[in-house]
Amino acid sequence: MATGTDPQARTTSGKDPTAHGVHAPSRAAVPARHLRTDRWWLSPAATAAGLFAFVVYSTWRAFSGDDYYAEPYVSPFYSPCVAQNCVPMKGGANWEIFGAWWGLSPALLILIFPLGFRLTCYYYRKAYYRGFWASPPACAVPEPRAKYSGETRFPLILQNIHRYFFYFAVIVAGILSYDTVLGFRDEHGRWGHMGLGTLVLLVNIALIWAYTLSCHSCRHIVGGRLRHFSRHPVRYRLWGWVSKLNARHMQLAWASLVSVAVADFYVYLVASGAFDDPRFF
Amino acid sequence: MSAYEAHFKVWRGDVEGGGLKDFHVEVNEGEVVLDIVHRIQATQAPDLAVRWNCKAGKCGSCSAEINGRPRLMCMTRMSVFGRDETLTITPLRAFPVVRDLVTDVSFNYEKAREVPSFVPPEGLGPGEYRMWQEDVERSQEFRKCIECFLCQDTCHVVRDFEDNKEVFAGPRFLMRVAELDMHPLDGAAETGLDRKRTAQEEHGLGYCNITKCCTEVCPEGIKITDNALIPLKERAVDRKYDPLVWLGNKIRRRES
Repeated sequence: MATGTDPQARTTSGKDPTAHGVHAPSRAAVPARHLRTDRWWLSPAATAAGLFAFVVYSTWRAFSGDDYYAEPYVSPFYSPCVAQNCVPMKGGANWEIFGAWWGLSPALLILIFPLGFRLTCYYYRKAYYRGFWASPPACAVPEPRAKYSGETRFPLILQNIHRYFFYFAVIVAGILSYDTVLGFRDEHGRWGHMGLGTLVLLVNIALIWAYTLSCHSCRHIVGGRLRHFSRHPVRYRLWGWVSKLNARHMQLAWASLVSVAVADFYVYLVASGAFDDPRFF
Repeated sequence: MSAYEAHFKVWRGDVEGGGLKDFHVEVNEGEVVLDIVHRIQATQAPDLAVRWNCKAGKCGSCSAEINGRPRLMCMTRMSVFGRDETLTITPLRAFPVVRDLVTDVSFNYEKAREVPSFVPPEGLGPGEYRMWQEDVERSQEFRKCIECFLCQDTCHVVRDFEDNKEVFAGPRFLMRVAELDMHPLDGAAETGLDRKRTAQEEHGLGYCNITKCCTEVCPEGIKITDNALIPLKERAVDRKYDPLVWLGNKIRRRES
């Protein structure tokens, strides 16, 4: 039965045939690009501001190459320290893999791994696609561009290497855990002591592990890739735990981002002499 | 709570053109947006076209955009809006309009047909399927989908780029691929159908940039991005970009 509503019967006369997106000729003629009345811009704006603040702070600290070690604490930005120009760290992750030819800050050699991990992280992708690229700025708010290829082409197709950065992130988290253990010494290297810095490093490493293990790639690797959980009860159990953490991935991403900056800033204050580390015992 | 009069702007028209029309209409305690649209239809605009059915958030018919946000009209309470607030209702803006609040959602049915269905396992007849709950619970979450197509409507990949409709299946149907790929008895792989490969090469998985709007609008609360799209992306990575997984599979040849 002809209803007159089948697509072939309809015309789009009088409309701009080159218009795209929500203004495409076949769609409801609504002049406004979007009709949202809530403060949809607040979330991407806050995200962009938070990420920008971290980028500014971490760029300053990564390039400074100074005030990153105050025995027994080392800044998470500078561990492991793999250049000859590193400050000697008693018992620390201090390996001279890069010789004297490396004249820049040693942080630059190691930060590429946590940076890559966070840059390709599924949560941060959402955050910066929305906050910086406006792709989209918010749900049902149009993008300010005419073409979109998503993650199908270079460079964004490289987002698929996230799991490799996850492997490196596990190694880095292991080294930072070792640094935290070293924090239970005093300034002369004697064990069995603790200061405020130890607590800062402890909170930081707990959040870094929680963020790292809540990663979507980790969830996939530990069990998500299986089709039959019933044949792999241990991996199923692990997958269940990681899934619970994964539900908090966004919160953990922000908490660990803040904690790593706070831990670095604390070490900076102590190393530069601006603050004396209070010792508990 | 007493009855009050609310100001509505409802899009009226068809593919030739149209616009937002003002309506002042009574609202009573406990009503949802669909009740008000029905009252407009009953008292002021008897020819207002609106698609609806169950009024219980289970049929997925009354999808529309309320104040610019894709929602089910029957599941949107009037009490969430201020009494002075003007409510704007438009049809779904990612699909061709038919009339008033009714859109042509056939794009979704075309995409549904492009996803090869469940392949029955060899050697098992109807009634002989046995599965453990833990093996099917991931797929079961996706079976809650009521096909309201709000996720398809809000997904910027097709909403903002008409050209992408040809190459991108949309979150609802990528979730269908994930559902089948995670299904413990799907025999697609044995017939040479690699759902991980087709997700990327035929259904446009790479276009998804996981900005989670599909999850935000899902009235069933399905974690489309976290539980379907990202796991599917990771499965595609296994297939195409991870030599360690490839090597492991070659050495062990063990079915997972």
